[in-house]
Amino acid sequence: MVLDYLPLLILFIIAAGFAAIAIILPTVLGPRNPNKMKQEPIESGMIPFMQAWRRFPVQYYMVAMLFIIFDIEVIFFYPWAVVLGKLKLFGLIEMAIFLGILLIGYFYVWRKGAFEWQ
Amino acid sequence: MEILIISIIKSLALIVILLTGFAYLTYYERKLLARFHVRLGPNRAGPRGLLQPIADAVKAIFKEEIVPDHVDKPVYLLAPALALIPALVAFAVIPVAPAMTLFGRTIDFAVADINVALLYVVAITSVGTYGVILGGWSSNNNYSLLGALRTASQMISYELPLGILLAAIVLSTNIGREMGTLSLHEIVLQDRPWWLWLWLWLAFPVFFIGVLAESNRSPFDLPETENELIAGFQIEYGGIKFALFFMAEYIHMITGSALMATLFFGGWRGPFVVPGTWHGALIGFGWLFIKILALLFLFIWVRASVPRVRYDQLLHFCWKFLTPLSIAYLVITAVIVVFAG
Repeated sequence: MVLDYLPLLILFIIAAGFAAIAIILPTVLGPRNPNKMKQEPIESGMIPFMQAWRRFPVQYYMVAMLFIIFDIEVIFFYPWAVVLGKLKLFGLIEMAIFLGILLIGYFYVWRKGAFEWQ
Repeated sequence: MEILIISIIKSLALIVILLTGFAYLTYYERKLLARFHVRLGPNRAGPRGLLQPIADAVKAIFKEEIVPDHVDKPVYLLAPALALIPALVAFAVIPVAPAMTLFGRTIDFAVADINVALLYVVAITSVGTYGVILGGWSSNNNYSLLGALRTASQMISYELPLGILLAAIVLSTNIGREMGTLSLHEIVLQDRPWWLWLWLWLAFPVFFIGVLAESNRSPFDLPETENELIAGFQIEYGGIKFALFFMAEYIHMITGSALMATLFFGGWRGPFVVPGTWHGALIGFGWLFIKILALLFLFIWVRASVPRVRYDQLLHFCWKFLTPLSIAYLVITAVIVVFAG
C-alpha cells in the first residue's frame, strides 16, 4: 500500500534535482556584469518611488476566505461520491441535507455582496 | 530494490517526455498562432523551424543571471522551482497506455498506480499556485504583486467548480460497478453506457473553462496581462528562471489535457487497442497522444479567438455561474447514480 507511493517520492526528488540544476546552472554559464539600472524594479521606464510590500485591497482576502469555506465542503463530496452506489437513497438524502445547509450559506454570502468586485 | 530501479527509470522517462513535450508545445503553439494570424511563424532554425525550441533553450541557459537588489532573495530563487516541481510530478498517476506483458512481467505505463489518483492530481496542481504567488510577492514590484494577488484569487476560485465536477465524475464511476473509484487506471477501464458518455460530455465545456483558468491561459491570463501588468508575476524574472515559470504553465496545459482526455474521452482507449500486448500499448499511447494534441489545439484556438476577460467578470463568472452550475450537475448525477446505476 505505502509502497505504491514510493515512485512518487522518487519522481519528486528527481524533479527537485532538475529544478535545482536549472536554477544553479546559469550562474556558472552566463556572463555577469550588473549595474545600477539592471538592479532596479521594472516600472516601464518610470523611476520607482515606493516599495511594493504594502497593504492591498481587502477583496482578495474575501475570495480566499470563501474559497477555504467552500473547498473544504467540496472535499466531503469525494468519499461520499465513492460509496454512493452502495448507500443508495440513504446517501442521497444525507447529502441533500448537507448540500442544503451549504447552499443556505452560499446564498447568504451572495446576498451580502461578497461576490461583488468593485 | 527492483521497484526502486523501475521507478527511477519511469521518473526519468516521464520528466524527459514532459520537457520535450513542453519544448515542442511552444513550437506547436507558435506555428498554430501564426496560421491563425496568416503568418509563417518560426521557420529559420532547422527544417520548418523544428529546431527553434532547442535554440530558445540554449539562449535561456546562457543569458545573464540578474537577481535584483530589492527582491527577497531566498523566496525569489525558490519560487520558479515551486512552480515547476508540482507541474512535473502531477502527471505521474495518469496511465498513458494499457499495461503490457513482456518477458513474463507486467509493465504498467504510469509512474504510480495509486487508488486516490484523482485527489493526488487535484492536490498537487494546487500546490503550483504557491510558486506563482511567492514569485510575484518576492519580486517586490507593484506589477508583480498585483499579478500574484490576481493569480491567487483566480486559481483558488476556479478550483471550486473543477473540484465539484470531479466529484460528479467520481460519482459516475459507481454506474455499472459495485463501488466508485478515484483511480485513473480504473476510470479508463470503466465500461460506460452510451447515455453516460453523453451526460459526461455535457460537463466538458465547464471543465475545460476551469482548466483554462487554472493554467492561466488566455482568455483568463490575467496574472500576466501584457498591456496592464506588463508580464504580471514573472516580470522580475529573466533567463532560465522565467523559462521555468513558462515550463510550469505549459506542462500544466499538457497535464490538464491528459486528464481531460482520460476522464472524458477514454484515455488510451480506441479502436485496434489490444490490452496486454506490446502493439496494444503502442497504439493506446498513440490514441492518448492524438487526444492530447486535439485538446491542446483547442487551448490555442481559444487563445487566438477570444479576447481577455475583465477581472470582475472573471470572478463573477466563476462564483455566480460556474459554481451553481456545477453543483446542479453534481446533484443530477447523484440522482442518476441512485436511480439508474
